Amino acid sequence: MRNFLALVLGTLFGIILVKAEVLSWFRIQEMFAFQSIHMFGIIGLAVVVGALSVFIIRKMGIKSIEGNVIELKDKAPQYKSAYIGGTIFGLGWAMTGACPGPLYALIGSGTTIMILTVVMGILGVLAYAALRSKLPH
Amino acid sequence: MNSILVWLSQPWPWYVAGPIIGLMVPLHLILLNRTFGISSSFRHVCAAIIPNNLDFLKYDWKSETWNLIFAVGILGGAFIAARYLSTDAPIDLSQAAIARMADFGITDLSGQHPKQIFEWSSLGDWRTLLLVVGGGFLVGFGTRYAGGCTSGHAIMGLSHLQLPSFVAVLGFFTGGLLMSWVFLPLLFA
Repeated sequence: MRNFLALVLGTLFGIILVKAEVLSWFRIQEMFAFQSIHMFGIIGLAVVVGALSVFIIRKMGIKSIEGNVIELKDKAPQYKSAYIGGTIFGLGWAMTGACPGPLYALIGSGTTIMILTVVMGILGVLAYAALRSKLPH
Repeated sequence: MNSILVWLSQPWPWYVAGPIIGLMVPLHLILLNRTFGISSSFRHVCAAIIPNNLDFLKYDWKSETWNLIFAVGILGGAFIAARYLSTDAPIDLSQAAIARMADFGITDLSGQHPKQIFEWSSLGDWRTLLLVVGGGFLVGFGTRYAGGCTSGHAIMGLSHLQLPSFVAVLGFFTGGLLMSWVFLPLLFA
């Protein structure tokens, strides 16, 4: 059931990413150069709706459709890794014009060279896994 | 009928797209009882297919199969949207962005990604190689080091008022601005 719903949500999200143009390198460059409200407005409003949803779910004690308590784990309080890792990702985001969701969407919508980018992303995870104990967190 | 198709194929303005993307947060929580986040899928693939003996990749990735299926859904959804719910019109960028692209030597603004760079036939160009291959590596390494990407940290984490996510987003923009203002102008000089 969860897998089926994940497929439905993923499909929906893929459509949204194309319709919102957030998978576009042009839009990402425009954002980092502060030349349009497009991306900032999207991320900002997404956070507003997301935060309101989390607030309501907690306040009203809404359960999942399977009737379970919704688990919201806190992110690990590791600030060095959040900042350094975030900066490394930010460099890659501006280079590829895509974060992981849009990378999948780009492949689906025909920019198939992004397959290489995803493969390299997976190798990036492998490199992180190998170096993890030596990196500051 | 035809006018419905025309309407369906228009891109969404940011004030429509933003709230709809935000709905991914409650949809994940209520339907899947999982938090929204996509970059973990790279880790699951890595753990599933690359033989290794690394602690970070020793975990029960099979219990996170939904995340990989979500990624497959994105592929399919984007295929449908690009084929049936889009026009060929170039993205309506700001004049300033169009001028900047021209400074970069990018004049073909059709499609979602610049065809001059992100095409298989451009792989011989070292700039394409750097952006596609090097950029991908940084996205994978950085998201795992930071513990999330735009969805997991910026949207899910900030929605849940997580301080590490706020710090991560500061990092995203540190790296992005550095690339955008310092390195890319050198690359396209």
